[in-house]
Amino acid sequence: MRTRIFIILSAILLLVTIAMEMLLIPSLASAQNKDLIQYSPVFYWHIPVAWVALFAFLCVFIASIAYLWKRTPFWDIVATTSAELGVVFTTFFLLTGSIWAKFAWGTWWAWDARLTSSLVLWIIYIAYFLLRTYISNPEQRARFAAVFGILGFVDVPIVILTLFVSNQMHPGDAAFHLDKPQMIITLVTGVVAFTLLYLGLLFFGIHLREDAYEVSKLKETDGG
Amino acid sequence: MKFWNSVAAIAWKDILSELRTKEIISSVLVFAVLVLVIFNFAFNLAPDLILQIAPGILWVAFAFSGVLSLNRAFIPEKEENCLEGLMGCPVGREAIYVGKALGSLFFMVLVEAVILPVFALLFNIAVLQSGLITVTLLATIGFVAVGTIFSALAVNTRAREMVLPILFLPVVSPVIIAAVKASAISLNGQSWSDMTIWLAIILAFDIIYLTVPFLVFPYVIEE
Repeated sequence: MRTRIFIILSAILLLVTIAMEMLLIPSLASAQNKDLIQYSPVFYWHIPVAWVALFAFLCVFIASIAYLWKRTPFWDIVATTSAELGVVFTTFFLLTGSIWAKFAWGTWWAWDARLTSSLVLWIIYIAYFLLRTYISNPEQRARFAAVFGILGFVDVPIVILTLFVSNQMHPGDAAFHLDKPQMIITLVTGVVAFTLLYLGLLFFGIHLREDAYEVSKLKETDGG
Repeated sequence: MKFWNSVAAIAWKDILSELRTKEIISSVLVFAVLVLVIFNFAFNLAPDLILQIAPGILWVAFAFSGVLSLNRAFIPEKEENCLEGLMGCPVGREAIYVGKALGSLFFMVLVEAVILPVFALLFNIAVLQSGLITVTLLATIGFVAVGTIFSALAVNTRAREMVLPILFLPVVSPVIIAAVKASAISLNGQSWSDMTIWLAIILAFDIIYLTVPFLVFPYVIEE
């Protein structure tokens, strides 16, 4: 039920965001500033998706600590589901970033700080799943994944810092001048929509995995 | 004090067994030299290009040979079930991590001490610079701090050696980037103040990745 409410709400808000970025934003642009990123519809997906991806990885970190502390399968399920969503949202972030790059810089990929740091984060969490597939004992898998979930997340600020010091090509914060209230409203709607989508999918994923866990337990007792 | 005694005992055990077999050092050295030679062919280096590309080549050689040598940190322990013996010792699990890391640090520094002169010889670069040596030492500490715990994870998985580079390389990427930049600054004869930011990043990485693995290592080897 909870899952359904989140998904429906986020679907509505996503539609509202699309409508706003298609109808509202282009009308704000004038001839000289229409090429700035805040006048491009992709911006209002790109930023919310980035926020949700980082938030998802933060949840992996917290759930991993909770797992090592409490040792209940629930926290492992939360961490896995959140990592999965983090990877999906990071993929989406890379795609929208790439679309923007093609539009603004003329190439699909540029080794700029934000694109590269998200690529590194993406690989770290792909490694998280690879690590899980290489371990057959469920208790050990959960424990190792939790350790990696913690060690991977503390890398996030260092990766971002390093790449920012090393190059700056991305439209920096100075360019993000959201000087019109419509822009801020669209961005906030987008952030809320994607956060709700994340929470809906998280609850849904947790629910699925809990059922799968129950089934595997039942099988064990039955088969034994 | 007791903690450091156990750490020293574990590190010394690894160093002693390595000095007798020379397994890691000999194969890693050959591998690292091969990397340097392959890069030389791959880029067909003209003298004016060398200073731009050399720091990258050096750090690829260090990172790859680091993976190779860190993989061996726990595999011998696993093969003869020595890890159980080590875990049965009346020492904290943290001592095992620090001891193992110190042992690996010793091997890596030894390998680097040989690679650097070979690198200088092959690419005609003066490597005896305090800047480059400081960067190398600091970055190696970061490599070893991360690599030791990931090596302990990897050895307990089905794919073993394959797992370490997948976990290790993305996580140490900031150190590699910072080390390449700082080495380039040092090799180009620029001053220390240009390197400060990179050294600070590496140092921050070292501190974080000495503390966090120290705290979570006991969870890796519990049976």
